[in-house]
Amino acid sequence: MIEIRGLHKYFGDNHVLRGVDMTVGQSEVVVVIGASGSGKSTLLRCVNKLERFRKGEVRIRGEVVPEDERAINRMRTHVGMVFQHFNLFPHMTVLGNVMEGPVQVKGVPRAQARRTGLGYLEKVGLGDKVDAYPGMLSGGQKQRVAIARALAMEPDAMLFDEPTSALDPELVGEVLGVMRELAAEGMTMMVVTHEMGFAREVADTVYFMDEGVVVEQGPPERIFETPEQPRTREFLAQIL
Amino acid sequence: MHYDVSVLAHYFPYFLPAAWMTLQVTVLGIALGLALGLGTAFLQLSPRLALNGPARLYIYVIRGTPLLLQLLFIYYGLRGVLGLAAVPSAVLALGVHNGAYIAVIFAGAIRSISGGQMEAARSLGMTHARAMRRIILPQALKRAVPPLGNQFIIALKDSSLASTITINELLLKSQQLASSNFMMMEMLTIAALFYLLYTGLFTVLFRRVERRLEAGGYA
Ligand SMILES: Nc1ncnc2c1ncn2[C@@H]1O[C@H](COP(=O)(O)OP(=O)(O)OP(=O)(O)O)[C@@H](O)[C@H]1O
Ligand SMILES: [Mg+2]
Repeated sequence: MIEIRGLHKYFGDNHVLRGVDMTVGQSEVVVVIGASGSGKSTLLRCVNKLERFRKGEVRIRGEVVPEDERAINRMRTHVGMVFQHFNLFPHMTVLGNVMEGPVQVKGVPRAQARRTGLGYLEKVGLGDKVDAYPGMLSGGQKQRVAIARALAMEPDAMLFDEPTSALDPELVGEVLGVMRELAAEGMTMMVVTHEMGFAREVADTVYFMDEGVVVEQGPPERIFETPEQPRTREFLAQIL
Repeated sequence: MHYDVSVLAHYFPYFLPAAWMTLQVTVLGIALGLALGLGTAFLQLSPRLALNGPARLYIYVIRGTPLLLQLLFIYYGLRGVLGLAAVPSAVLALGVHNGAYIAVIFAGAIRSISGGQMEAARSLGMTHARAMRRIILPQALKRAVPPLGNQFIIALKDSSLASTITINELLLKSQQLASSNFMMMEMLTIAALFYLLYTGLFTVLFRRVERRLEAGGYA
């Protein structure tokens, strides 16, 4: 579903990604872990081209997306993204947020977008908040709306950039619960997170990144129980 | 000095045409300023020098010279070229002047919306233009309302400068009447009352708009 080959990304002279390879298969859940500044967010943002890169390629559903605004916009309708800071549209209701993409981008009739939007809000457990504004919600609720907003586009894959890092500890569970459910339903997911419990339990493959390269990858049991690389061991020792 | 309160009511009606003129020049000037300001704000925010350069030059020139000078420049300069009469000259000057200030207000408001909003919109597949229209501008406009209200009140008072190019607005009217009835303070008082009335109306109107937007309920 998502294939990253030999990806290099520079911010000015800062060589942030140094030849990253990664594959996220259909219905696979890939969790990316690594220290702050190792390039995890940048990698995720290169996938849907929020960041442009100089070298390497990203294939979505087997295709390289051309450097063309329309092609990029079309690709983004197939790849949902969930941000650390939610980025909900504060001037729209919860349902408005969820309907915005389908109505404005895909041209779905409002009545139909409303029905599917309500369905996704039910799914994330917010059926009773459809008319609320984001400002009235807790962080966990906001992030669940953001997930519903991405789902409403009916994407083939979802990117999550530290979706629980901005949440109070007691609200982390409700967001991870929704993500766990999505994974169980077969959603293709690429998740950057520091939630090692989630990685262990839900990931099919864990990638450990350091200084712009993938140091080690494998099934969660292997990465967490018997890491081969010293850098991986060091990181896990710090975080666990 | 003698000050006769009783003449205020008597002379009040004499000011009505001038009050209407002040309102027209102000409102038309503001309308022009809004259009120029929004356009200039977009140009200024463009990364392309060919677009943001002229916008910044316009703002620099207008903010760097007195309105009175601009008014005289347009009036005497364009009378020959365009045959522009006094009132259109005043509207143009007030519009061009306020356009620069309103551009700064709009540009600041747009910039104040977090980049995450644009990214969230783009990640849904929206074009830049649609994201601007649907997501950024509605939020930016709301933030622009209080400073715009302030700018409108400034424009109202600045319209008095049009008296220098023979426009019969409130200030000129007070001067004309005073020169024949020698009641300068009383005439100025009446003009002041009209300005205060308008300022009050603007304030109420703007508070309404703000509250209307507030009802949108966002944090
Ligand atoms: N827009 C940007 N402009 C310049 N440098 C950037 C930008 N975004 C990220 N960087 C740099 O790229 C490097 C990788 O950043 P990135 O955000 O991808 O790391 P990360 O692994 O997501 O870290 P964190 O866990 O803190 O989110 C860092 O050195 C960062 O300073
Ligand atoms: Mg990050």
